[in-house]
Parts: sequence; structure tokens; C-alpha cells
Amino acid sequence: MLDNLTQRLAKVVKTLRGQARLTEDNITEMLREVRMALLEADVALPVIKELIARVKEKAVGQEVIASLTPGQALVGVVHRELTELMGGGNVGLNLATQPPAVILMSGLQGAGKTTTTAKLGKWLRERQKKKVLVVSCDVYRPAAIEQLKTVALQAGIDFFPSSAEQLPKDIAAAALDYARKHYYDVLFVDTAGRLSIDSAMMAEIKELHVVLNPIESLFVVDAMQGQDAVNTAKAFNEALPLTGIVLTKLDGDARGGAALSVRHVTGKPLKFAGIGEKLSGLEEFHPERMASRILGMGDILGLVEDAQRGVDQDKAQAFAQKVKSGKGFDLNDFKEQIGQMRKMGGLSSMLEKLPAQFAQAAQQAGGAVEDKSIRRIEGIINSMTPQERAKPEILKASRKRRIASGAGVQVQEVNRLLNQFEQTQKMMKQFSKGGMQKLMRGMKGMMPGMR
Amino acid sequence: MFGFLKKKDGATPPGAKPGWAERLKDGLSRTRAQLGGQLASLFRRTRIDSDLLEELEATLLQADVGVEATGFLLDELKVAVRRDKLETPAQLQVALVKALEDLLAPLEQPLDVSAHKPFIIMIAGVNGAGKTTSIGKLARHFQAQGKSVLLAAGDTFRAAAREQLQAWGEKNGVVVIAQESGDPAAVVFDAIHAAKARGIDVVLADTAGRLPTQLHLMEEIAKVKRVIRKAEPSGPHEVILVLDANIGQNTLGQVKAFDKAIGVTGLIVTKLDGTAKGGVIAAIARQQPIPLRFIGVGEGIDDLQPFSAHEFVAALFEGT
Ligand SMILES: Nc1nc2c(ncn2[C@@H]2O[C@H](COP(=O)(O)OP(=O)(O)OP(=O)(O)O)[C@@H](O)[C@H]2O)c(=O)[nH]1
Ligand SMILES: Nc1nc2c(ncn2[C@@H]2O[C@H](COP(=O)(O)OP(=O)(O)O)[C@@H](O)[C@H]2O)c(=O)[nH]1
Ligand SMILES: [Mg+2]
Ligand SMILES: [Mg+2]
Repeated sequence: MLDNLTQRLAKVVKTLRGQARLTEDNITEMLREVRMALLEADVALPVIKELIARVKEKAVGQEVIASLTPGQALVGVVHRELTELMGGGNVGLNLATQPPAVILMSGLQGAGKTTTTAKLGKWLRERQKKKVLVVSCDVYRPAAIEQLKTVALQAGIDFFPSSAEQLPKDIAAAALDYARKHYYDVLFVDTAGRLSIDSAMMAEIKELHVVLNPIESLFVVDAMQGQDAVNTAKAFNEALPLTGIVLTKLDGDARGGAALSVRHVTGKPLKFAGIGEKLSGLEEFHPERMASRILGMGDILGLVEDAQRGVDQDKAQAFAQKVKSGKGFDLNDFKEQIGQMRKMGGLSSMLEKLPAQFAQAAQQAGGAVEDKSIRRIEGIINSMTPQERAKPEILKASRKRRIASGAGVQVQEVNRLLNQFEQTQKMMKQFSKGGMQKLMRGMKGMMPGMR
Repeated sequence: MFGFLKKKDGATPPGAKPGWAERLKDGLSRTRAQLGGQLASLFRRTRIDSDLLEELEATLLQADVGVEATGFLLDELKVAVRRDKLETPAQLQVALVKALEDLLAPLEQPLDVSAHKPFIIMIAGVNGAGKTTSIGKLARHFQAQGKSVLLAAGDTFRAAAREQLQAWGEKNGVVVIAQESGDPAAVVFDAIHAAKARGIDVVLADTAGRLPTQLHLMEEIAKVKRVIRKAEPSGPHEVILVLDANIGQNTLGQVKAFDKAIGVTGLIVTKLDGTAKGGVIAAIARQQPIPLRFIGVGEGIDDLQPFSAHEFVAALFEGT
């Protein structure tokens, strides 16, 4: 990525060559780059100031390990700090109360509250076998109640009807009563989006909190949110005793600095991440991945180490050259690449080290990249003549049949492989043209049915 | 920008909706209290020094102006300080007002819908930006100009999106064309023919929210545009991208990606009634200038205003 922090730092660390320690003097300029990168990632300025102070404290005096450049060493420190700030491990939902466990959703307009309500409901129903009821107190936005009704049906959870003529607090009380009488484990209460300066609306949600006494009060935040995230989060946190945060729309390409801002001002754990419009688009929040994402990098250091351990350097270089030129990537390279992946501990371990957005996309590609299919792919390519590997376009029906029987697979499998190869070839081209961002988008576009 | 046009104390009690002029004034007072106040105290300092510039930088950055546009504005100011021998913070303020106005002025190009009939407007944007609500407000806006309006329910994906648009249709007393089908292009195609048959002046086509990372959805919306052209070769006559003022630097990426896919001709920035300052407008003016047609300042049907660079910046500094 162009704006990759490591690369940015590489520009300013030339002067640092040969220095064994990070010192106050030699990191000042690098810290300015860090600040810039964080600003571009939408981390709020006051949060950046504190973070930089902490990083400086930790970094000064650190030894620069032989294999790393000072820039990499500093990125390491920043990454660790970010990860720590965003909460170390993962915290799930707390349902330990006399049922129904009430979960109140709040946030700005369009943040993703209604969708997240259904996603979480589905999650609890499927993974924890909970009996879930949802209700909408959004009596303002047209068709908001209808929207929740529809997604609840999709999620296979129960919907408690309400209407725009009712008062939110009456709706909440009725739903709570119903949930108690019908032995629901969990009651989700969706609310209208509101601005933190809208005092009447903030009073309304405080009142809902009193009526419901929820065990979880979740603040839903759009990952694309900008600098104002600190003000909004502060106001919601003061109005409501929040218990956690859900970050939505991480399937986009926003760096998501708001995660850090919100976490910092509320001190509340980031619990879940929305990664798609569909109801399956939810995952537990991973602070480490988020830190990488904010910094615009994957676990590049880890990837580099693995690469050094498992990969033939010359071959890797030649390959990198091919990727760069976007030309001449043929089935031989494809096989080579697959072989290398195996040496590096398989695809799944490699995926973990890619930038979070990319890894997610790749994981969702599903079957196409499973480790065990790697061997089959190798088998098929092995059954091809050198000429066929270099010029896959000559593969017509009769050749395909021959290859299939040689590898002991169906012709469809040969076709599937060729498809995959073509896609990879396309991605390689995109990669050479537009870098990681495009590659990532390319992968997403490939995935059937993904939104 | 910078907390423009806020409601004074939040939601207006039902039945007591203040008029447009009042809301505008409310907004201005909110602005004074927000960034205006911050700037005011800055400019009350006695001299122009690096502290003042640094604080100014922080203020711009916190308004989502972004690294590049902030750097640009500060450079402009520094040039002005030397060239015009500015000495007092008050003079610096005048210079900043001018720099901002100069930057934003090219975005001020009102939308004229009289050139075609029907005038076809396609609305696009990321999830939750305020597309459907803006269509509701636009319908009111054009009807107030004596135009007849028809809405096309082109969001065939999100739950109850059609019902949401239909509700806005009812509020405005205008026809909404919708289908059971899941094909947005087909709905819009239908709507254009219906508009022609009924002699409608303006067609507003809603679309589902989408993130630019979803290439197939960007392809889908490009197809909607192509199909509009099939139904009416001169259309669409305006392609509006709706942007949420709360969103930070990703906004620029949205402008670029949607522009590439469907050729954006106008922008609407929504939710400027909140505490988000919308400074990203300055970044757009720098990096991807596209006319900013309207701003959204609330959830009500009248909470839409044509963008005026002067008012915008004046509101920012009023009372300082
Ligand atoms: N405060 C405020 N809220 C707004 C404004 N414009 C839209 N909204 C609210 O933002 C939320 C999302 O608006 P929608 O019009 O549904 O947005 P959309 O882009 O059509 O959303 P999807 O179709 O779900 O992608 C709703 O709750 C609206 O009421 C505005 O200018 N100010
Ligand atoms: N791409 C994407 N879209 C999302 C996600 N979560 C919600 N949305 C979409 O964002 C829009 C607003 O969501 P909604 O749940 O209605 O927000 P609410 O106004 O806060 O209730 C809708 O178009 C949703 O489909 C997500 O994680 N990824
Ligand atoms: Mg909702
Ligand atoms: Mg909509």
C-alpha cells in the first residue's frame, strides 16, 4: 500500500542507519509520520496526541534488533500500543442475569443499529441456542419497524410488534413484560438514530435505559466515522452507562481510526465488528487486526520472517518481479506459488498475516483456497505439458480431458483450476497496477453472493 | 462546515416546528457555540505566532479537513501573512475566511432541473448516508418550485427500503414506482417510462447503499445508469452522491470510486445538524471538486438547503 506506514517511515529513517537505539532525537521525525498516518486513518487528534506521548515513552531507549530497521522497530511499538489501547483480548456479551438479558442498542443515524441487532440475535440463537426477542423503539424513521421485522425473520428470531404511534418507553415496557412472560433469554431493543446534541432524544434514550435496566448497552459506531467520533462517543457514554461498542461496515476500506477514538474516550470494550450487510456479516472484534488496519498494514513483519524461513530467496525475487510487471504469470508460477505457500505453513496461517481487510476477503472466498485443495491443484498442473503450463490458452476440450484423467479428477476440476488461475492472473495485474487496495477489491468482487 | 446549522436544543417538539429562517438562525447560533467559539478564542490572542498556527491546524484537522487540505490552507495563510504584512490575529481571521471561501466557492453550483423533462436524477452513496431521506426532502424542494415529481424505489436489497421510500412518497403526495423484482435497473427503467407517460418534471431514483469495495455492487449501479440511458438517451441528467458529514477521510475515496463508476455530477452532504463539522468538504474542493448541491440539516422534510460557500463560512465565523 502506498500509504503504508512502514514505507513512509522508511523514507525518513535513512539518517538512522547504523544506530542501535531509538532515541528522543532520532524518532521525532518518524513520530510526525506516525501522527500523519493516524490522522489519515481518522483517529481523533486528542487521542493521537496521547498515543504519541505513550509511544515515545516506550520507544526511546529500545534496541533496534539486527534484522529490523529503526522504522520497523517503531512501527512495532506503535502497533503494540494500539492493540493494547483497543483492549488486548476479546470480550463477549454478558448475559449473566435473571432472564431476559436486555440489550439496548444506540448510536447515530445510519450507523447500523438495526442490522446489528438482527446479526447479534442470529449469533446468539445459533451459537448459544438462546431464545431471542427483538423490538423496535424507532418511531421516527419511516419503515424502521418494518425493517427490523424483516431482518428478524431473516435471522430466525422473534419480533415484538410496535407502531409509530406509540411512545418508545411504552413499547419498551410492553416488550420487556412479554419477554418475561414468555421466557425469552434475550431481549434486544433497537432504537432510533440520534445526534448527541439532540437533548430531547438523549433524554428519551436515558429514559429507555431506566425502564429496561439492560445488562448490555451497546453503542454502534460506523467504522468510517471521522474526527467527531470522540465527541459523539463521549456524549453517549455520559448519557448512558455503555457496556460495549460494535464497529460496523468494516467490509469497506476505511482505516477505522474511529475504533481507537471511541475506545479511548469511553473506556468500553469493542465487542463485535460488522463485516457485511448480510446477517452473517458479524465477527468478534480483534484488536490486533484492527491495529494493523489502522496502520494500513498486515502483520508484515511476521510475513517477512516466515518468508525468510521457508522460501527460496531467488525464486521469491523473480516472482516479485513478475508480479510487479504484471506480465508472464503462467501456470508454472501458479504452481510455484502454491508450493511456496505450503512451505510457509499453508494458506491459512499466511492469511492471518495479511492486512485484515484482505484476509477477511480471502477467508470468505472459502473453498477456493482451502489447504487440502492445494495438493489437488498441484496434481492437475503436474499432468500438463510444459507448453500447456506456459500457454494455458491452448487448453481446449481434448487436452483438458487428457489432463483430467492424468490427475485422476473430473474435467470440471480442471476448468475450476483454470478459472482460479485466470482470476489470480487478473489480480496479479491489478496488484501491479494499483497495489494492495485493488487486489483486495478484486478478491471481494470474485466472491459470489457477497455484499 | 464546522458544525453548521445545528438545532438549538435538539429535537423540536412535535407540532411546533420552527420555520426555515428560524432553523437557519438556530443553526448559526450552534455554530458560534461550536467551532466558531473555538476559533474566536484563537483569534483573540494578541499576535500571530507559531502557537496560533498550530492551534489553527488542530482545529482544521479536527473538523475532518484532512492533512492535505489543512496544509494547503495554512500555506495560503502564511503566504498572506508575508504578502499582506498581517500582524494581528483578526487580520489572520479575515485571511482564513477568504482562503476558505475561495476554496469552497467553485462547489457552489445550484442544480437547475428545467433543461429536461423528465429531469432524471440518480442518487447513490454508501450505506446509511441519507440517500432515501434526501430524496424525500428533494421531492419537497422541487414541488415547492412547482415541479411534478416521481420517485423510483431502486433499493431492492435492504429490508423495508421500499416501504421507507413509499412513506416519503406519501408525505409528499407523489407517486412511487416500485416492483417486487430484485432488479434496481428494471425499477428505474419502469419509473422513467411512467414519468414520460404522466408528463412528470423530475424523477428521483433511489439506490441501495453500497461500499466501493464491493466491486460487483459498483458494477450493478453502473448498470442502473446504463439502463437509464436506454430509457432516456439524454439521461441521467444528474448523478448525486450522498455523503454523511460524520464520515472522515474515507469520504474522498467514496467520491473517487463512485465518480469512476457512474460519473458523479453533484453532491449532498447530510447530517450537518450534528457535531460533525463536515470539513471534508474542503478536502473535496481540493482533491475532487464536484458541485455540492445541497446540505442536509435534519431528519425533517424541510431540512435541506442549497449550499452557499459564503453562508457556510460566514456562519463559521459569525460572532467571532
Ligand atoms: N440528523 C440527520 N439525520 C439524517 C439526515 N439525513 C438522513 N438522516 C438519517 O440518517 C439515517 C439514514 O438515512 P437513510 O435516508 O435511510 O439513508 P440511506 O442512505 O438511504 O440508507 P441505506 O439505504 O440504508 O443505505 C436515517 O435515520 C435518517 O433519518 C440529516 O441531514 N440529519
Ligand atoms: N456494508 C455494510 N453495511 C452495513 C453494515 N451494517 C449495516 N449496514 C448497512 O448500513 C445501513 C444502515 O444500517 P441500519 O441498520 O439501518 O442503521 P441504523 O439506522 O443505525 O439502524 C443499511 O443500508 C445497512 O444495510 C456492515 O457491517 N457492512
Ligand atoms: Mg434503525
Ligand atoms: Mg435508503
